[in-house]
Amino acid sequence: MSIEILLVALTTALATSMVGVFLVLRKLSMLTDAISHTILLGIVIAYYFVRDLHSPVLLIGATLMGVFTVYLIEGLIKVKNVNEGAAIGIVFTMLFSISVIIINTQFRNVHLDIPMVLLGNLEFTIFNRTTIGFLNLPTSLVVMLVVLLLNLALLSLFYKEIKLVSFDYALAGVLGFTPVILHYGMMTMVSLTAVAAFDAVGAILVIALMIGPPITALFFTRTLLKTLLLTAVIAVFNTVLGYQLSVLLDVTISGMIATVILFSFMTALVFAPDKGLISRLITLHSQKREVAFITFIQHVKNHQNTADAADELAKATIHTHLGWSETFMNKLIDKASKTGYIKLENDVIGLTDKGNDYYKRLRFNQ
Amino acid sequence: MTKGFRVEDLTVAYDREPVLWDIDFDVPQGTIMGIVGPNGAGKTTLIKAALGLIKPLSGHVLFDEKPYKKMYKKIGYVPQKGSVDWDFPTTVFDVVLMGRYGHVGWMRPVRNKDRKLALEALRQVDMLPYAKRHISELSGGQQQRVFIARALVQEADIYFMDEPFQGVDVKTEKAIVALFKQLKAQNKIVIVVHHDLNTVRDYFDAVTLLNVKVVASGPVKDVYTKENIAKTYRADVYLQEESDDHVAV
Repeated sequence: MSIEILLVALTTALATSMVGVFLVLRKLSMLTDAISHTILLGIVIAYYFVRDLHSPVLLIGATLMGVFTVYLIEGLIKVKNVNEGAAIGIVFTMLFSISVIIINTQFRNVHLDIPMVLLGNLEFTIFNRTTIGFLNLPTSLVVMLVVLLLNLALLSLFYKEIKLVSFDYALAGVLGFTPVILHYGMMTMVSLTAVAAFDAVGAILVIALMIGPPITALFFTRTLLKTLLLTAVIAVFNTVLGYQLSVLLDVTISGMIATVILFSFMTALVFAPDKGLISRLITLHSQKREVAFITFIQHVKNHQNTADAADELAKATIHTHLGWSETFMNKLIDKASKTGYIKLENDVIGLTDKGNDYYKRLRFNQ
Repeated sequence: MTKGFRVEDLTVAYDREPVLWDIDFDVPQGTIMGIVGPNGAGKTTLIKAALGLIKPLSGHVLFDEKPYKKMYKKIGYVPQKGSVDWDFPTTVFDVVLMGRYGHVGWMRPVRNKDRKLALEALRQVDMLPYAKRHISELSGGQQQRVFIARALVQEADIYFMDEPFQGVDVKTEKAIVALFKQLKAQNKIVIVVHHDLNTVRDYFDAVTLLNVKVVASGPVKDVYTKENIAKTYRADVYLQEESDDHVAV
């Protein structure tokens, strides 16, 4: 039933990347990483009470610990002016080490660790099944579908509010929208989604899915709605392609999907219009040419009709004064002659009337 | 009942350091008030406390004798430009529309009426042609005008602005000053955190000189004196007289 594996991967990809958009926009991307470790403490504490490795209470404990992690990290940032990275680093290791100590002292004989409870493996999801009515489905698929629908329902109900609190936290407060509740509501969904997804596909793929598709989409979009839609499209595309490649190459599905996520991000990084590297380099290059052209005209203006004009503005030596290569200088001289801004008299450059006009129109001369 | 804005015995402290200490002042309707003082005087904190974004240690902030929670639909806010992420995926029009969210309320969709108001506000600050642009494509002055348009659609009775003149072009400066006049004519209150001592007399009709405590508060012509300014900036500031109307530090 390989189609079931793909379906688990797809629902997970959609659920995680939707909440991921807001993590990226709030610049909290690394939170997933922290949560992936600190939830162990939630599991340990829940286990302490229920003493059953298969109890759903363990998932609730994990989710609550995820929210508590966010609370602690933001508390540190606010109260003590610790920077974000440091706050995440300290909270994440502290909570994780507490859980390791508890396991070592209390539950030495129990097989209690993240892989046991949560580190899912896509290939094996189909063996753990649940029957709902006449349908017999992988448990992960059912869980992830519920989480996805919950995410979509909350997102469409509170779209306006979530957008506002993500863009301008203070204004949300001024307008009476209680940003604290919205924020921790969102973080609860992030934590719940992450915990459910860890169980289905494993921690590393969850982090890749939460962050990868949103940052890829943000290269192309200018509105939040389009960002969400494109994120969903990219998440689906990455998952399907990664799945097919893993079948073709006979490698792990999670690993292949994560690799495809990386590659589609890199493609966007290099080739995206406007925000991509190539487009940026082109803009930078043309800006440099433009500024050089202005500098050249300015130089002519400053030195024409002065005593040293014959030296400063001679076609043969002007490039040495400006510190530019002769080829580059000649290109600019050609351009300025063609536009009719300069004229040559005895190989000395001077501004024409049109050139003088251009000079006056320059922003910093007005 | 007295209409207007009133701060009573307001103290705000971070840790053991008082940022605002026993602040009292009144702003009657139809007043454009500047809040002036050195860095660390508590100007932004004062606005944040008024807006309920910071919990004060003591005292009250009252709008028409009512606390903020009952009045938030009547209060407009223009934050410092740097307080939001200008790379956020949203358009100019969308940002202005956010100013309507308070009137729209929880979980309800934005109405056509709100869209019309947002377009009208954009026209008023001369930003209509930019409505569909992404917010990262704007200059500093244009960003400020978008924030002003967003505050306008809040249809508030009292506006708080945090350094609206910071780094803006002449056109934006004129637009803001014109807006002040218009809001004053509508009998509204505008409270502005301000930096430039030279323009206080041109922009505002009342001023509060603040340095942790209130040094003076009232009509510009009465309280904006060299003595009070020197007291606010504590040290023996050298006051250079540019003209009779202008004081510079």
